[in-house]
Amino acid sequence: MLGQLGEGAKFLAGGQSLIPLLKLRFANPEHLVDLNFIPGTSFIKEDSGALHFGAMTRHAEIEHSALARKIPVLYDCAAGIADVQVRNRGTIGGSLAEADPSGDWANALITLDTTVHCLGRSGSRTIHLSDFIKDAYTTALAHDELVTEVEVKIPPQGSGGAYVAFKRSAPVYPSASAAVQLAMAGDVCQDAAIALGCVGLTAIRATEAETALRGKTLNDKTIAAAAEAARAAADPQSDMRGSAEYKRQLVVALVKRAIQIAMRRAGGEQIEGAHLYA
Amino acid sequence: MPETATVGKIAVNININVNGKPYSRQVEPRMLLVEFLREACDLTGTHVGCDTTYCGACTVLMNGLAVKSCTMFAVQADGAEITTVEGLEKDGKLHPIQQAFGDSYGLQCGYCTPGLMLSTQQLLAENPEPSEKEIRKAIAGNTCRCTGYMNIFKAIELAGRNMKGA
Repeated sequence: MLGQLGEGAKFLAGGQSLIPLLKLRFANPEHLVDLNFIPGTSFIKEDSGALHFGAMTRHAEIEHSALARKIPVLYDCAAGIADVQVRNRGTIGGSLAEADPSGDWANALITLDTTVHCLGRSGSRTIHLSDFIKDAYTTALAHDELVTEVEVKIPPQGSGGAYVAFKRSAPVYPSASAAVQLAMAGDVCQDAAIALGCVGLTAIRATEAETALRGKTLNDKTIAAAAEAARAAADPQSDMRGSAEYKRQLVVALVKRAIQIAMRRAGGEQIEGAHLYA
Repeated sequence: MPETATVGKIAVNININVNGKPYSRQVEPRMLLVEFLREACDLTGTHVGCDTTYCGACTVLMNGLAVKSCTMFAVQADGAEITTVEGLEKDGKLHPIQQAFGDSYGLQCGYCTPGLMLSTQQLLAENPEPSEKEIRKAIAGNTCRCTGYMNIFKAIELAGRNMKGA
């Protein structure tokens, strides 16, 4: 249908990013194709070591899903997006397809093994999330292609993750956010994935920060070294949410906090990783 | 009450149940749900505050869930059950949430109040005894510029107690 309507047409999922953009005239499609009435597009299931989310699964459905709690970082992300009203409408597939530089899902999911299932006129394909997000508001999706499912591998035993954002108030995008996923053997970090949100055109993988943790015993010194490396990886713009320097400082604090929560979760502790509000 | 709320070229027939009453209207696809409620249904209790998905003054319930009616098209609510502030009272008797907001002075200018009461409705339906933290989380999408929120928290706690006793 989008193919028939031509380049001026756009899909509408939860609409919590797109409708505000339309009002601001930042987007002005000639046609919108509403995906909300298609049955079978909202589901959460576990299959062969992965959680599968239908593209139209609402943030609130993930927040309240016992199954999604198998990967605690998903709860951190879902429960922290904007407010109740937005979480009741906004969808995981829409968030990834919109690729807003400040969107929460891409940043949280890029630290996990995440695959995006896509469907277009020429058939279906799967794209790893790191190849899916190309740039701000730009994905690997063809114009007439949509997201059908988001697949997240369940990390092995001994893993722990956290997603922490700093927000001026609930309904707004974070000023900065940090996602961390660790594989631990006792106090030693076997593997680490660290991503930074809202401080670049897409979520940024802080690879130097990951290197600073890999193979190391995690203590205040090694965590501080990783947080400093993350500061260098951040590429923020000064705007109404704060100056670039302020956001870099936020990144340091958020990465430290996320590593500490991820470590404790890897050790089997149940911790609420709540977002921080100004 | 206007039966046709369209000004553009395309009109779509929709049927929305608002506060238990069916409304069939022809609307432009781009009409927002809040415009539908205020202009096509003449239910002006739902307010437009920021019109940018921030303030929550336009909050209504769609099939029991709080949504910002400025951030949905009316056509997207086709077939749905909408509850607005006008739907809270029954037979001339205030809903316990309305009563509690009054009794606790949970409002000053009142502009945000309809949205707050509907967010409260979803909260208390899911969780009759919310903690203060849970109340804060539930109304984080509703901005009040008068009260400082303390009396709103008290109102929501009181409403929860009264509804449990009812």
